[in-house]
Amino acid sequence: MSEQPIFQVKHLYKQFGPGCDFCRDEQSQTLQGNYCPKCKTVYACNDINIELYEGEILGVVGESGSGKSTLVQCLYFDQQATSGQYLLARHKEGKKNVFEETDQQKRMIRNTILGMVYQNPYLGLKMNFSSISNIAEKLIAANHQNVEQMTTIGKNLLNKVNIAEYRMKECPKNFSGGMQQRVQIAKALSNNPPILLLDEVTTGLDLSVQANVLDLIKQIQRESKVSMIVVSHDLSVIKMLADRTIVMLNGKIVESGLTDQIMEDPQHPYTQQLVYSLL
Amino acid sequence: MKKKFNFAFFDEGSKREIRRSILKAIAIPGYQVPFASREMPVARGWGTGGIQLTLSCIGQKDVVKVIDQGSDESVNAISIKKLITDTTDVEITTSTTDATIIQSRHRVPEEELNENQIIVLQVPTPEPLRDYEPSETKTKILHGEKEYTGAKLLLFEQIMKYNTMATGADHPVEVNNRYVMAPSPIPKFDNPKLNESKATILLGAGREKKIYAVPPYTKVISLDFEDVPFEVENFKGKSCSHCGASHVYLDEIIDQESGSVSYQCNDTSYCLKRRNGEIQ
Repeated sequence: MSEQPIFQVKHLYKQFGPGCDFCRDEQSQTLQGNYCPKCKTVYACNDINIELYEGEILGVVGESGSGKSTLVQCLYFDQQATSGQYLLARHKEGKKNVFEETDQQKRMIRNTILGMVYQNPYLGLKMNFSSISNIAEKLIAANHQNVEQMTTIGKNLLNKVNIAEYRMKECPKNFSGGMQQRVQIAKALSNNPPILLLDEVTTGLDLSVQANVLDLIKQIQRESKVSMIVVSHDLSVIKMLADRTIVMLNGKIVESGLTDQIMEDPQHPYTQQLVYSLL
Repeated sequence: MKKKFNFAFFDEGSKREIRRSILKAIAIPGYQVPFASREMPVARGWGTGGIQLTLSCIGQKDVVKVIDQGSDESVNAISIKKLITDTTDVEITTSTTDATIIQSRHRVPEEELNENQIIVLQVPTPEPLRDYEPSETKTKILHGEKEYTGAKLLLFEQIMKYNTMATGADHPVEVNNRYVMAPSPIPKFDNPKLNESKATILLGAGREKKIYAVPPYTKVISLDFEDVPFEVENFKGKSCSHCGASHVYLDEIIDQESGSVSYQCNDTSYCLKRRNGEIQ
């Protein structure tokens, strides 16, 4: 791992709702979890600070509604962050807050620097287009103009994720959930992005398929040294993949550290509860 | 002319409103301008967009030609011509060169158009990204950001399925290096005629309530890939069985009894002129 982070997020806030004086002034005291009973605002991400280093896998763990998915959606620009700083080493040498960039710039960053695998493949794939076209979509967006090259890249990636060549021209809607996730992973990797965001990639898959997908992610990380943020509510997934882990509760980071350290010596009561439930 | 209608069917306010949209469309080549599409005495999908453009532009000295699939005499062309003559009394012609306004469905005439002519194309689906993105709100954003991955992806998908860009008609074009536009269901053969066209090209979609335009002498490029270039239909070795033309868009005619195949010019007035010796 290098010393300079390739990715930094500082004081990220994401709220759904207008907020009111009641919840703004005494946020921590008056909110019910991350919800203001007066103005019905949800504070999905509340002062999130994270760093990611080259080749590192950062796990984000927490219960449903803790703000994990909203966090990665903000990082992938699917959601607009309310405020915060987002610096990418590959974009203007990490000197420009990416949240303040134009929509075109954000789209360019999505297509060249970031890759995303959604929990729901319907969000990440065009189900009526062939698998290889789904991969080509990202390549075309990154200004590839040569069909043969795109086809070769697509075939290689689909091979890598164990999709048989004779099924490459089939639409992902005809595939099983595990295969759809693998096509998503191939699509996310198509432009060799330095950062991959994985949002609950194994949720809803049976155990053997889960194991396949996790092995695949591990293998990709080993081969391409891509940095990853892995979001999961399943601590065993995080335990298997992540070098470092942050634990989220009610939109806040309650604990962070090396994964082994968090597993062996959890400090926060919620983390303790989470770790003991695993055992 | 039936006196119970205002000249050109619409009231003057309506015509002005449509003309304002046309001017905006000409000012921003390829941009789809929304307009208040009127109810017409023709069903939606039968060329109401084109008719509205024609009727709002038409003057008493205009000469109008209406073509449907290259033919001046098809039912749709006759009905539209009847509506125009009933409400305007302008002169109707089948000659491309004599017309000042040419309303067309599915073809750009074979004869070269000039600066004094307007060609009005009837459009069923004006949005080139519709098959990629069903939401109108999102396609507007994509146009705004000049994000045309979807248009190229649709072509890529065709190459994957059929080994070639299989758009028989309505092959998307980029206008003036900015907007990607659906050129209406004209065959690929006619796409090059849009590039640097001397005539003003207006496109109207009545059902979808959109007007867009290609002003004269505007760059129009058909979308393609580095290694799969855009190609028009190939009629090599084939010629019209009536006039012998070999460089035009041809219809394939199959004789039901003998099963023999012959070809005819799709543009009937062009074929007639050649047979009469008016053009070579």
